Amino acid sequence: MDPWLDFTVIRNNLTYFFIGSYPHGNLGGVALTLYLAVTSCVISFVGGLILGLLSVSRHRAIRYPTLAVINTVRGVPLLMVIFWMYFLLPSLLGHPVPESRTVIAALALFTSAYMAEIVRAGVEGIPRGQTEAALATGLRPWQALVYVVLPQGLRNMLPSFVNQFVSLIKDTSLAYIVGVSELTQVATQVNNRSMVHPTEIFFFIAAVYFIICFTFTSISRRLESRLAWRKSI
Amino acid sequence: MIRFEGVHKWFGNLHVLNTINLHVRQGEVVVICGPSGSGKSTLIRTINRLEPIDKGKLIVDGMHVSDQKTDINRLRTEIGFVFQQFNLYPHLTVLRNITLAPIKVRKVGKKEAQEQAMALLERVGLSEKRDAYPSQLSGGEQQRVAIARSLAMKPRIMLFDEPTSALDPEMIGEVLAVMKDLAESGMTMCVVTHEMGFAREVADRIVFMDHGVILEEREPAAFFTSPQHARAQQFLKQILSPMH
Ligand SMILES: Nc1ncnc2c1ncn2[C@@H]1O[C@H](COP(=O)(O)OP(=O)(O)OP(=O)(O)O)[C@@H](O)[C@H]1O
Ligand SMILES: [Mg+2]
Repeated sequence: MDPWLDFTVIRNNLTYFFIGSYPHGNLGGVALTLYLAVTSCVISFVGGLILGLLSVSRHRAIRYPTLAVINTVRGVPLLMVIFWMYFLLPSLLGHPVPESRTVIAALALFTSAYMAEIVRAGVEGIPRGQTEAALATGLRPWQALVYVVLPQGLRNMLPSFVNQFVSLIKDTSLAYIVGVSELTQVATQVNNRSMVHPTEIFFFIAAVYFIICFTFTSISRRLESRLAWRKSI
Repeated sequence: MIRFEGVHKWFGNLHVLNTINLHVRQGEVVVICGPSGSGKSTLIRTINRLEPIDKGKLIVDGMHVSDQKTDINRLRTEIGFVFQQFNLYPHLTVLRNITLAPIKVRKVGKKEAQEQAMALLERVGLSEKRDAYPSQLSGGEQQRVAIARSLAMKPRIMLFDEPTSALDPEMIGEVLAVMKDLAESGMTMCVVTHEMGFAREVADRIVFMDHGVILEEREPAAFFTSPQHARAQQFLKQILSPMH
């Protein structure tokens, strides 16, 4: 008789769960999940920084269009953005684009909009007197931003950035919908093949997601306390 | 050096500066006083265009402050500004607070900037604090660093907006001493302050403001012994009363 929970299906497919059919085939599983998350995180960090700074520009002609982009993206479900990119990107570029690339583009765009809001709040959270002091010594506005406001703001933003990254890791599971063989997709494949242990399989991948996210949250906690400079005496 | 000619400014409906005419000559120390909300901060903040003016002419060091063609960043390098809340950069050490602008704006070499900064720290009596962060300093020390930071740009004018108002009484003296030393070195200064002892001793002229208008502009001796305006008399009585 079968035991209540049988994890042999996990053990038998362990490498597949972690790296897909690599090195004989494509990278997949946990490794692909992390690859998607890290790549789109790096892109969206840069994108969010740019969008965020443009959204606090003194010039309306810059600020308003930027805010429009940010709010549009934030107002659309991520799944829609993934579909858009999946269909749009190849026709825009005029050649086929690997699914994983379209997913990275979607995740990066989507997360950029959220990162931009974090950057905006972070910049606006620095007291006006800091900018004024910098301007008063003759620094140009962009220099005041780069040397005075951003270094302080980024430290305050760090926890929110990590939150966003953790969301991103979980959001990569939506890549499943366009057939990218990240962790969730791999789990579904294994489940479809064996058909007998869905509980074990999905329990296992939930645990994997949790462990990855928890690890990053803990690292960020430690980083935060290390970076915290003595704010008051 | 600084010339206001019929300057006006509004915050919405609030007429915060009303027909300001004021001339500060090179090497002069002008103290600006008046009740809270009278427009003192706004007045000195217009001098380096932290607040733009709406009407009139404001000429500083030969440049029209409100003219769009004026290189405002260049003008600001000539004008030091000391804030009530110090506004030191909390993420930088004392030394880097002082060297930031000389290095980035004046393009001074790092080593030279540091030497100049050390000389300034010496002057304000804080050489041993070069590697401290602002939060590790007392209020009086922070304000002296802020003064050193302004002086690092070798300004021709220094503006002070209530530099001692945020300080504990026992720290006021050390900051005023630095300012007095600066005045004696011939610096052109505009100082918003309620430290009447300082005003009496150091100022060449006292400007009294109320409701955005300059009501009196006189030498300290005359101002303190026989203020003309009823509002000035009342103000002096309040501020000089032993209960204050
Ligand atoms: N950015 C602003 N927007 C709107 N109103 C302002 C602004 N800054 C100052 N005010 C108003 O303008 C008036 C003059 O302000 P200001 O700070 O120049 O006064 P002050 O004489 O320096 O007063 P205090 O002694 O309290 O520092 C006040 O009524 C103030 O509320
Ligand atoms: Mg004021």
